[in-house]
Amino acid sequence: MKHWLYTTVAATAVAVTLAGAPAIAQDAALDPNATPGGNIVITYKDDVATLDPAIGYDWQNWSMIKSLFDGLMDYEPGTTTLRPGLAESYEISDDGKTFTFHLRKGVKFHNGREMNADDVKYSLDRVTNPKTQSPGAGFFGSIKGYDAMADGSAETLEGVTVVDPSTVKIELSRPDATFLHVMALNFASIVPQEAVAEAGADFGKKPVGTGAFKLAEWTLGQRLVFAKNEDYWRKGLPYLDQITFEVGQEPIVALLRLQKGEVDVPGDGIPPAKFQEVMSDPEQKARVIEGGQLHTGYITMNVAMPPFDNKEVRQAVNMAINKDRIVQIINNRAVPANQPLPPSMPGYDNAYKGYEYNPEKAKEMLAEAGLPNGFETELFVMNTDPNPRIAQAIQQDLSSIGIKASIQSLAQANVIAAGGEKDQAPMIWSGGMAWIADFPDPSNFYGPILGCAGAVQGGWNWSWYCNEDLDKLATEADAMTDPAKSADRAKLWSEIYGKIMEDAPWVPVFNEQRFTMKSARMGGDDSLYVDPVSIPVNYDYVYVTE
Amino acid sequence: MAAYLVRRLFQAIFILLGVSVITFALLYLLPADPVRQIAGRSATAQTVENIRHQLGLDQPFIVQYWRYLTGLVQGDLGRSYLQRSEVSELIAARLPASLLLMAGAIACELAIGLTMGLVAAVRRGTVTDQTLMIASFVGVSAPQFVVGLLLLYFFAVQLGWFPIGGYGTWRHLVLPSVALGILGAGWYSRMMRSSMIDVLRQDYIRTARAKGLARGTVLLRHALPNAILPVIAMIGIDIGLFMSGIVVIESVFGWPGIGQLAWQAIQRVDIPIIMGVTLVSACAIVLGNLLADIVTPFIDPRIRLR
Repeated sequence: MKHWLYTTVAATAVAVTLAGAPAIAQDAALDPNATPGGNIVITYKDDVATLDPAIGYDWQNWSMIKSLFDGLMDYEPGTTTLRPGLAESYEISDDGKTFTFHLRKGVKFHNGREMNADDVKYSLDRVTNPKTQSPGAGFFGSIKGYDAMADGSAETLEGVTVVDPSTVKIELSRPDATFLHVMALNFASIVPQEAVAEAGADFGKKPVGTGAFKLAEWTLGQRLVFAKNEDYWRKGLPYLDQITFEVGQEPIVALLRLQKGEVDVPGDGIPPAKFQEVMSDPEQKARVIEGGQLHTGYITMNVAMPPFDNKEVRQAVNMAINKDRIVQIINNRAVPANQPLPPSMPGYDNAYKGYEYNPEKAKEMLAEAGLPNGFETELFVMNTDPNPRIAQAIQQDLSSIGIKASIQSLAQANVIAAGGEKDQAPMIWSGGMAWIADFPDPSNFYGPILGCAGAVQGGWNWSWYCNEDLDKLATEADAMTDPAKSADRAKLWSEIYGKIMEDAPWVPVFNEQRFTMKSARMGGDDSLYVDPVSIPVNYDYVYVTE
Repeated sequence: MAAYLVRRLFQAIFILLGVSVITFALLYLLPADPVRQIAGRSATAQTVENIRHQLGLDQPFIVQYWRYLTGLVQGDLGRSYLQRSEVSELIAARLPASLLLMAGAIACELAIGLTMGLVAAVRRGTVTDQTLMIASFVGVSAPQFVVGLLLLYFFAVQLGWFPIGGYGTWRHLVLPSVALGILGAGWYSRMMRSSMIDVLRQDYIRTARAKGLARGTVLLRHALPNAILPVIAMIGIDIGLFMSGIVVIESVFGWPGIGQLAWQAIQRVDIPIIMGVTLVSACAIVLGNLLADIVTPFIDPRIRLR
C-alpha cells in the first residue's frame, strides 16, 4: 500500500482518500480580515548571530530563518500540525525507509532562479558536512550515508537521490517516524548552491532562500530589515510589507517602548520584574497572549548515586514537592506538570494523574525504604533568577520529609558539566537549561534526556536512568512510520513515559507558559504570537490593522 | 622626547602581549565549553570532537596561543565562533558608535564637572560648595547601571524629551553620554575645585585683583585657564574608565558599540570576540595614558619627559 499525502502525519484520515488527487491549495488558512501592507518593529536583546539556516539555533534567529527559507515540510501556522512546504506531496514506502518528495514547481529563490531537486540534495549534503559545523547535523542521523558524512569519508549523502528535477528520493538506514518533522526543521531549509558559493562563509549575513521575506538591510549590531517577497509561492502571503528587527534592546527598555507605541512585539517577552505590573493593568493585559510551549522543568535524581538508586526514595521525593507553590514563585508563568511530556505534545497522557502531593505518605515511604531519618544530599541549580528561589522551595519541601539538601548554585556551564558526570550531582533542578523540544514529537523528549544514549559522560541524561526495555520500545515506536498508525504510536509513547514515571528518575515540576505582548495595531490569530514552532512569532501570517 | 616615545611604545607592546596572555589563559581555563555551544544539544560525541578539531581547540594551550598570536601580528583577530564572521569586521562595525559615545561622555563630564568645580571653588566653604561636593561624591559612587535606568525612566519615559534607547540622532546620544560621563564629572569637579583653589591663592591673582580688575574677569581670564589645564590632561586616563563603563551603558541604552558586543559575547562564551574587544580596549587604554603623558609637558612646562 502506498500513501499519497497532501496534509499531515497527524491528519490520518485524509491520507488515503486523496490518493492521486492533483495538488490542492493548502492556503485555505488566509485570514479574510487581513489587510496587506505595513511595517512592524520587533526588538531583541541579543544581536542576531547568523541567518544561515544550517547554523542558526537561537531564540531570535529561529523564526527569522523560518520566514526567509522554506523546507520540504512545514507546519500549519500556530499549530504543531505538519503540512507540505516546498514538497507538494510525498510518498513513504511500506517499510518506512524510503521517502519520495515531489517538489512544487515554479518556486523561485530570492535571486530569481527556480528551485529544483539538485538544491534539495545540495542543502542536505551541506548541513550534514562536518565543515559546515551545523548544530543540527545530528537530526539527520537516520539518512543513509550520514555516518560516512559525519566522519568525513564522504562528500555527499548516499541516501539522497535526485530522480528528476522535481523529485527527490531519500533513503533511511532505519525507519524514522520523526523524519517528516526533521524535514520541517530550519536545518533542512533549501538553499541555492550558487548563492552559498558566492557568499562563502558569509552566507549567514547574505541569506538567499525561498521564504516569505527577504533580507533587505542588515546594519551590524543595530537592525535588520526584512522586505516582503513579492514572488512568494504561497499566494497572498505575507501580509506585511516590511519587518524591522531592532537588536541590542534590553527587555525592560523594549517594554517601555511598547508602552509608548514605538515597538510592536518585544521579542524577548515581558521581563519577569515587570510581569505583575503589566498583568494588573487591564489595558496592557488585554494585549498579552499566553500560550503553551514544548517545555518541561524537572528535578533529576541520579539513579547511580545512593540512596537515589532506590525507586521508593525517588517516588517519595515525587510526593514531597509542592508544585503549586513553585508555580506561584514564578508568578504563575507555568502550569504544574506530572509527566515528562508537556501537554501540547502528542503522546501526553491526559488520564495520568501523577504522584499526589502528600508529605506524610512520602515520609512513610522513606521509612519503608529504610531511611526513617532522611538523608543528606546536594541539589545543583543554575545561578540566575528565579532558579535559586525555586531551589529553596524544593529544599524546604525536602526538609519536610527529612531530606537535608544543600544547594549548589553554579553557572549554567558548570551545572551541565556536573550533570554529565556519573557521580557528581545527586539532584539537579533543570531550570534555565531545561528541555524545549526541537520539534513536536514525543521522541524528542526521550533519547538524549531519558534514554540510555544520553546516560554517558557529557550527556544530557542527568538522572543516568537507562532502561533497555524502554529503549527497545522507543525504537519500536520510532519505526512506526505509517501515518495511519500515528495514534498508536502516540499511545506507545504515553506508555513509555508512564513506565518512566513508575521508576521516577525525575520529578516533573512545571511546564512553562509563554507570554508575548503586542501593540494594539497588531492583527491575526492569537496563536500566531505564541506559535509553538515559529518561536516567538509567525511573521508570515500576522498583519497590522491600521 | 623621541627617545621617550620609542620607549613608551615598546612598553606598550609588552603590556598588550601581557594582556593577551592573561585573557587567553583565563578564557582557556573557563569551565564552559565553547564547542558544546556551537555543536548544540543534538550533536553526537563525534560531531563535538570534529568541531573541536576544526577549531584547533584540541591543541595544548601553548599551541593555541601561538596560533592566535601569529594571527594577531598579521592583524587577524580570528573568526567569531557563534556569529561566524571576522572579529575585526564586527569590531570595526561597532567602533564608531563607541567612539561617538565616548566623545559625548567627555563633553558631558567636562561641562558638568568643570562647572561644578569652578562654582564650588569660588563659593568655597559655603553650603553651595558642600552640596556640590556631596553631589560629586554621589556621582562617583552611583552604579552606572542604575544611573542609566533612572535617566531613561525620567527623561525618556516620563518626560519624553529623549528617545528610549537606540542609536541614530544627537537626541539618542544625550542620555547615554550623561550616564557614562557622570562618574567622570564627579572626579573632574573635585579636581577642578582643588586646582582652582590652588590657583586662586597665587600671587598673580592677588595682583590682578589689586590692579582693580573685576572679579569675574579675574576668574575667567586669569584663573580659569591655569586651573583647567591640569584637569584636561586627565582625559586620556578617562578612556580606561570608559572602557569598563561602555559595557554597562551600551547594554542599558541599546547602543550598538563594542561594549554591547563584549557583553553578548561573554554570555555566549564567544572567545574570539572577547579576546578581540579586550585587546582593542587595552590598546585604547595604553594610548590614552600615553596621550595624557605627552600632553602634560605642553600644559605645564615644569614637567619634562625623559
